Amino acid sequence: MRDKLIYGAGIFAALYFVRNLYVILLQLPDEALQGAVYRIFFFHLPPYFAAVACFFGAAIASGLYLKTKQWKYDVFAVSATEVGLALAAMNLVTGMIWGRQQWGIWWTWDARLTSALITWLIYLGYLMLREGIKDPSERAKNSAVLSIFALFAVYFTYKANVWYRTQHPGPVLTIRTGDAGTIDPAMQAMIYHNLGAFLLLTVALVAVRMNLEDSQRAVESLRRRAHAIA
Amino acid sequence: MDQREFQYMFYGLAAAWTILCLYTLFLTSRGRKIQAEIDHLKRMLESSPKK
Repeated sequence: MRDKLIYGAGIFAALYFVRNLYVILLQLPDEALQGAVYRIFFFHLPPYFAAVACFFGAAIASGLYLKTKQWKYDVFAVSATEVGLALAAMNLVTGMIWGRQQWGIWWTWDARLTSALITWLIYLGYLMLREGIKDPSERAKNSAVLSIFALFAVYFTYKANVWYRTQHPGPVLTIRTGDAGTIDPAMQAMIYHNLGAFLLLTVALVAVRMNLEDSQRAVESLRRRAHAIA
Repeated sequence: MDQREFQYMFYGLAAAWTILCLYTLFLTSRGRKIQAEIDHLKRMLESSPKK
């Protein structure tokens, strides 16, 4: 079942990306003020939303693990967190490249960028915490608590450019501004299309990572048996 | 397209795909290592005398 999901979501994501890249590079016009470089947004915003979906899913799964103690929730939580971390890295790096061209600087310590980096470091800490705890149930319990609390950092990052004056642009999408938004409808539609592709890719990657986590647990079980025999 | 804007657009897109490819390669490599360890442990358990 999971393998079918990996192949299905992976193939659809690849086809969706090909279609999106064709529209992004060959059909959409340059932006009036930014020119061609605005196209980075299509690989900046969608990975961010996909990462938020991963972190949110991980927090829910962590809560379910704490309630039920079922391993499947812990497996999902760690898988979604790791994939979310890769997507958040994509968001940070593409943002820095865009900032270098538009602002003349790679980085500034404004509320949005700083909170995004801190959030990324918190989730990196989540993975490091898991590496540091050998007992599986202790590892799952402690990381589940961290995953739930880390969601506050995700929310703060989401709201930072509304609560504070930041170098980072304010919200531009209709879902956040409540009106027609501040970007061209065709460009906004493309952001949602690429978000669709990124979400499909996320599903495939999380499923692959869950397979790995299952295999890792099989290794730990075999090691215990080997240790008992030795 | 302005040359400098195009250059940075290329850097941005290249960076995004590079991160994605590196993560996929990382997953593949880890999968191979885990599978090799499973095979090794299974062989070890099969060859060990039964208690």
